[in-house]
Amino acid sequence: MSGAATGETAGVEWRLAAPLGLTYLAFFAAPLLILLVMSFSVDDNLGGFSLAAWAKFWGDPFYRGVVWDTLRLGLVTVAMTTLFAYPIALLFIASGPGLQRLLLFIVLLPLLTSVVIRTFAWIAILSREGVLNQALLALGLTTAPLNLLQTELGLVIALMQIEMPLMLLPLITVMRQVDPSLSDASRALGGSKWRTFRKVILPLSLPGWIAGATLVFASATTAFISQTVIGGARLVYLPTLIWQQAMVVYNWPFAAVASVTLLVAVLAGVSLFAMLGRFARTTA
Amino acid sequence: MPSPDLALPSDLQSQPLTLDAISHSYGESLAVDQVTLEVRAGELIALLGPSGCGKSTLLRIVAGFINQTSGRVVIADRVVDTLPPNRREVGIVFQSYALFPHMTVAENIAYGLEARGESKATCRERVKEMLATVRMEGFADRKPRQLSGGQQQRVALARALAVRPRILLLDEPFAALDKNLRLDMQIEIKRLQRQFGLTAILVTHDQDEAMSIADRIAVMSKGRIEQLGSPVEIYDQPETLFVNDFIGSSNRFAGVVESAGEGTYGVRLASGALWQVASRKPFAPGDRVVATIRPEQLVLTDQATAGTIPVTLKLSLPIGGELIHDVETGAGEAFKVAASRRPGEPVSPMAATHCALAPHARPVLFPQPAA
Repeated sequence: MSGAATGETAGVEWRLAAPLGLTYLAFFAAPLLILLVMSFSVDDNLGGFSLAAWAKFWGDPFYRGVVWDTLRLGLVTVAMTTLFAYPIALLFIASGPGLQRLLLFIVLLPLLTSVVIRTFAWIAILSREGVLNQALLALGLTTAPLNLLQTELGLVIALMQIEMPLMLLPLITVMRQVDPSLSDASRALGGSKWRTFRKVILPLSLPGWIAGATLVFASATTAFISQTVIGGARLVYLPTLIWQQAMVVYNWPFAAVASVTLLVAVLAGVSLFAMLGRFARTTA
Repeated sequence: MPSPDLALPSDLQSQPLTLDAISHSYGESLAVDQVTLEVRAGELIALLGPSGCGKSTLLRIVAGFINQTSGRVVIADRVVDTLPPNRREVGIVFQSYALFPHMTVAENIAYGLEARGESKATCRERVKEMLATVRMEGFADRKPRQLSGGQQQRVALARALAVRPRILLLDEPFAALDKNLRLDMQIEIKRLQRQFGLTAILVTHDQDEAMSIADRIAVMSKGRIEQLGSPVEIYDQPETLFVNDFIGSSNRFAGVVESAGEGTYGVRLASGALWQVASRKPFAPGDRVVATIRPEQLVLTDQATAGTIPVTLKLSLPIGGELIHDVETGAGEAFKVAASRRPGEPVSPMAATHCALAPHARPVLFPQPAA
């Protein structure tokens, strides 16, 4: 009886998944395959076979630099988001329900505004005459306005705010499930607040951090609008490069190489975090 | 009262704990109201009460997780109010055990020792000693999730005791255990508490727990201690109707004081029976009172006297070694009579017509509560 039931369930599951599966096949897997073929083509008609685009991309230190810059941008954004996310998450866990709702709203706010608006708002904040520089000048913390636009620092600051919900939501979800009496137990056993965080809260929140870090990394490395608008022409990352090659230079095979590279780079980053997760689980 | 046959380890000294007029309010609501309690060195006191009576708040104040609104916590002549939890040297066993899930049993037990900066060798030795104390040798490398509830509790105890605390706080430690295991763990905790000469506070809503292991019980209600006394005193001489109703089961009878002698009062019950009740509380003839009596202090009989209540027997239930009779007076008052059951005895033994006080019965008088 149970065998028949499972057989039936399996059949139903397969058919239910079919529409989405076919959609993915037609609009995700197929284009990806075309992209891969394109990267080995001579021109944008998918004609011929050539390693020229790959050789040009990886042979040129400038393009290798772009790959490295993109990966570094992802890692630095993950690091900075982590640094700011943990205090907020700890505050959230310690707050009452009213403050929690308010915090959650503030955290979610970046997701509720359009990327373009958020990014231009950051231009208003980061520019030489912007809010941040005026505040720093007024406080006497700097004598000349800082150059934040078109710098990696400015970009990371903007990305951090934009990506913060992606880090915070999984982190808060996991930290909420941690029994609050574990912190109490640590404190009662003589553990300082810092020790309690390092030895108890941090290890137990790792699954949430890994999920958040994965999302932030994938999102920061591919954040085309923020990278272009705040980074400008001076900072080139892979998404910008792909856009230039595909839409301005019209070198589609080369754009395809950059695309496949970006895809692999992001996947590598994501699997790195997943591996960290497995490592944490086995040692935890 | 540490038993004389269990010698204390030399470095352990029992220390008294005093709560001095502690009050605590969460915003507007008063959770703890002027509680004063002296826990003697080596004594185990149970804070017993329904949820929301302030017992858990009081425990968290002693541990230092909450700063009380007013009052002082004194451990061995030292006011500890300004000390953070990690410097109070208080051991806690939580209801959920709160074992660190990512650490092994040994790492859990060593946690407090490492936090105190003990050497690796000391930690190893103490962990081994504590595992032996709670009879969990051979489980050192297990993770908490691989242990049963009772085993987790033993580890939680070992972890709390490894740092040689001055005070042991037990927060509903048996609530998550099934009934058979509960008694074993109660005995275990009592044994360790005596062996380590610990001054201990047990927070519980379960009167059986409190009765079985506490030296004294503080019954709490609405942030106050209603009565503090030995388990027997609390059971036999409840000072308030709340304590009377909260501890054990008991029958209430409304009545009027007819005569007042020297500490003994003649009380006429609504059913017409006249009871002679001893009471330390003063009453005057004409006072409306409530007389309470435990079911096991009543007996069913066929003979009517001045002190018997005419009843009809509705139902008899054999509950283990007891037989519980559900009876009703002519006026419709229902109450219970308990008798020890003889094996083989028929469940409904007789058509009893009256209910009388047992020879050893000690009814308790309370003023009739307003409305």
